[in-house]
Amino acid sequence: MQISVTINGKTYAHDVEPRISLAQYLRETLNLTGTHIGCDTSGCGSCTVHVDGASAKACTLLAVQVDGCEIKTIEGMANGSEMHPIQEAFKENHGLQCGFCTPGMVMTAADILKNNPNPSEEEIRHGLEGNFCRCTGYHNIVKSIQHAAEKMNA
Amino acid sequence: MIPAKFEYIKASSVSEAIGLLEKHGDDAKILSGGHSLIPAMKLRLSRPEVLIDINGISGMNSITEDGNEILIGANCTHADIVNSDLINSELNILASTAKHIGDIQVRNRGTIGGSLAHADPAADYPAVVLACDAKIEVEGKSGKRTIPATEFFLGIFTTALAEDEIITAIRFPKVANGNYQKFFQSASRFAVVGVACVKDGNSVKVGVTGVAGTPYRATAVEDAYSGSSDAASHAVDGLEDELMSDHFADEEYRAHLAKVMVKKALEA
Ligand SMILES: Cc1cc2nc3c(=O)[nH]c(=O)nc-3n(C[C@H](O)[C@H](O)[C@H](O)COP(=O)(O)OP(=O)(O)OC[C@H]3O[C@@H](n4cnc5c(N)ncnc54)[C@H](O)[C@@H]3O)c2cc1C
Ligand code: FES
Ligand code: FES
Repeated sequence: MQISVTINGKTYAHDVEPRISLAQYLRETLNLTGTHIGCDTSGCGSCTVHVDGASAKACTLLAVQVDGCEIKTIEGMANGSEMHPIQEAFKENHGLQCGFCTPGMVMTAADILKNNPNPSEEEIRHGLEGNFCRCTGYHNIVKSIQHAAEKMNA
Repeated sequence: MIPAKFEYIKASSVSEAIGLLEKHGDDAKILSGGHSLIPAMKLRLSRPEVLIDINGISGMNSITEDGNEILIGANCTHADIVNSDLINSELNILASTAKHIGDIQVRNRGTIGGSLAHADPAADYPAVVLACDAKIEVEGKSGKRTIPATEFFLGIFTTALAEDEIITAIRFPKVANGNYQKFFQSASRFAVVGVACVKDGNSVKVGVTGVAGTPYRATAVEDAYSGSSDAASHAVDGLEDELMSDHFADEEYRAHLAKVMVKKALEA
């Protein structure tokens, strides 16, 4: 099926098989491998992207479902060589260890902060329920998001 | 994991979706949020040959006030429900339930119509539609009909929907005094046991999910409520042979949890 999708500001048109997930489409057709596939069954959140501004698990969306939508992936967060404040905060606060979960964490964090620019620690933890860190670095992930909120509100 | 091959059709009206269901029968499935269906298709537990996407149908994602009732389009996501001022003020029990479904990403995609049609025995909304006496509005080849929540759930993943019918909306009465108590599965955040309770003066309506294969109204609790301080002890009366058991909770523990959660809901 023919689809047209805007990803990180650029519009792509492709003929995709309906059973291909958005995560596979991003990784395999567009080579945007920042979106990771961990569990592939909607549990871990490492595939989180934004669809029309709201976070979603790209492994549980078909590419054909996002025909006509605006997608943002981790590759679209930085402004050229300047990191997004959330990325910078993860770097400064040791918010990543192996880094596998990080793209999903950053994309979910952006959604949390969009709806709640000043979240409490508890609200951040509740917001991260759909994202697993196999290195279990949650403490610094939460700290990174708190620091990102401060930067973004400054 | 890749699902078996299927044809994808985006329906632009309810009648088109029904026509497609009629044409393809058993081989077709409706796709709304996809957050129950797509995982099942990846695991090949479900292998529809035709997927009918109803997300583009206009009018199926609105939330409106209709006198003393609130009409919620089947395609409204859990997030739409959490963020609706109308639902927060007039049907707070539903907003507070939706807030604890899955996680942010799941709430951004999953829909109320999809959750009810799927009838997962651990889903949250079934308890709430039962306790609120909501009505499920459906449409099929022979027209529209309204199914009371108490007649909608027939078993595990089984509802009163006919093969050619889709849920178009859910009609709730406004509810002033209601609450939902959920005992979470620690990993998936689904309900091990969930209890919804709506109070009106001396009477109460109690909906229970996660305990038996079919969500139910705890009528024995409701009958005992005004006269007894121990109404919650009746939470599983008559269901002793239908209790679910899995690695989260065996039958005995589920029955215990049901009583504890009913008590919490009655006292909240
Ligand atoms: C990680 C995760 C955690 C979750 N946690 C919870 C939780 O805590 N509590 C909870 O209740 N749920 C939970 N869910 C399930 C979630 O709420 C689903 O969104 C919901 O069960 C199905 O809604 P959907 O719109 O995604 O439906 P879909 O997956 O699109 O469809 C589900 C079924 O319903 C049918 N269908 C869909 N819409 C209609 C309609 N309008 N008319 C007729 N048939 C229709 C489809 O054909 C399919 O058989 C979770 C899901 C995930 C992935
Ligand atoms: S890969 Fe999508 S949620 Fe794990
Ligand atoms: S940093 Fe390794 S999985 Fe989170």
